[in-house]
Amino acid sequence: MHPKGNFVRILWAIMKRELAGYFGSPVAYVFLVIFLLLSGFFTFYLSRFFEAGQADLQGFFQWHPWLFMFLVPAVAMRLWAEERRLGTLELLFTFPVTPTEAILGKFLAAWCFIGIALFLTFPLVLTTLYLGSPDLGVTFCAYVGSFLMAGVFLSVGSMTSALTRSQVVSFILAVVICLFLILAGFPPIIQMFSGWAPLWLVDGVASISVITHFAAISRGVLDLRDILYYLSVMGFMIVVNGVILQNRESA
Amino acid sequence: MIEVRHLTKQFGHHLAVNDISFSVEKREILAFLGPNGAGKSTTMRMITGFFPPTGGTVIIDGNDIRTDSLAARQKMGYLPENAPVYPDMRVTAYLNFCAEIRGLTGRSRRDRVAETLERCFLTHVRDQTVSTLSKGYKQRVCFAQSILHDPDYLILDEPTDGLDPNQKHEVRQMIREMSPSKAIIFSTHILDEVETVCSRAIIIADGKVVADDTPGGLKRRSSLHGTILLTAAGPLPDDICPYFEKITGVSQVAIVDTEQGRFTLRIFPDDPETSCINRILTAANWKNIDILSVSVEEGRLDEVFRQITADPEDA
Repeated sequence: MHPKGNFVRILWAIMKRELAGYFGSPVAYVFLVIFLLLSGFFTFYLSRFFEAGQADLQGFFQWHPWLFMFLVPAVAMRLWAEERRLGTLELLFTFPVTPTEAILGKFLAAWCFIGIALFLTFPLVLTTLYLGSPDLGVTFCAYVGSFLMAGVFLSVGSMTSALTRSQVVSFILAVVICLFLILAGFPPIIQMFSGWAPLWLVDGVASISVITHFAAISRGVLDLRDILYYLSVMGFMIVVNGVILQNRESA
Repeated sequence: MIEVRHLTKQFGHHLAVNDISFSVEKREILAFLGPNGAGKSTTMRMITGFFPPTGGTVIIDGNDIRTDSLAARQKMGYLPENAPVYPDMRVTAYLNFCAEIRGLTGRSRRDRVAETLERCFLTHVRDQTVSTLSKGYKQRVCFAQSILHDPDYLILDEPTDGLDPNQKHEVRQMIREMSPSKAIIFSTHILDEVETVCSRAIIIADGKVVADDTPGGLKRRSSLHGTILLTAAGPLPDDICPYFEKITGVSQVAIVDTEQGRFTLRIFPDDPETSCINRILTAANWKNIDILSVSVEEGRLDEVFRQITADPEDA
């Protein structure tokens, strides 16, 4: 095993290549434009930002789970499926690189990219500042929550991307899993279980939901348990991702 | 040294590689031959650590690919089949990435990348995106990647596949130039390459090593090895075959060709290693045969290849 300095160096090399790959292709710009347009549309038209008369971004963040459900798998779908299709996976995994470095490097690059997209929504924050005096702490928490939720969806997408050579299959699988992660906390789903299932299962299903945790954070409550939830789902998915990649029998 | 020990790979019920063992020393160029699906690429993928073997192992310079994979991989350069390269990257950026992964930094990285670009004749396309390059150039970029860190061990999976004759020649030249400091394994379907480039050849079929020999040694296994081809002018004399077969040392004579005033005979000697050309020529003189050419067949690799790899059920 190589020393720590190498870990950072290789992680950084993989991240840089991956990020350059995003911005070297139209995918990045299409994603950014669509993300910004849709989040603006939802905030101003569906949530009626101006009519609501409140200088906060609740109406902006409430759509993030639904936006991310489609857009994050679109970012993640190429992570591994593309490498497998091109055969470059064979080179990556015969370089002196551990699977952890490769997976984390790619994951962090994609997460950074989504972070950039989120950052570009800053004019909305400026707007609320201009219109009134919003609680910037709440806004900050909501951004953190949104970023963490994107990370969870990304880890799901990265995992499904490792399963297949087809980006379409990866995308659809990721969207379905993300949809489950969102809906698990909704009352109809919970009621469906609560009639017959033991209480621990009902609670278990409800607590899997990103919505429950996201709602708390976006109200400005930065609870350690919520953060732990996000990090553990991400960790779990990344480990599964590694297991899938190590058990592949072909390129 | 690359030591391949009892390497085995099973995909489901299919035994792709079945107990392969061999070793390659530095200065050796080993050709890896075999029909498609014989297990060449699978073996190379296990040597380079892309996937673990079901059984057996590979030792690269003392580092076991199963237990000490990173150290072993650091010493190897690998050109996979079809030369995969990220299509959206520029040539220099790609090589810089590979160099960084290999632990080259700063000035030494810049120098190595520039040197490798030059060596692989890529300098004039260094700022192009890989997807705009022709197949031959893509192959070279991937080749450049494999020699970038000047590895002691080079594994090349069909390095000349899909190249034009000039490019094939260049790649062979590069392989030969590098051989004094490296152990090289390359797979190919072009048997001429084996004779011109490598010092040893392994033929595998159905996942097993069926021959491990020098190119010359392989050719000696040909049924035509040591036979004499004699072409002469004039019509074919009636009793020519029995006449030559009476010569000491000749076991059999076959008529290869008769056309427009000339004929060609193939003379099989009793022992391919002892020549009977003098006696044949003397006998031909007595018969007043007007000889146009005489040659001794070394044997043909393609014939040996077919002979060795043919499925006994098909034959």
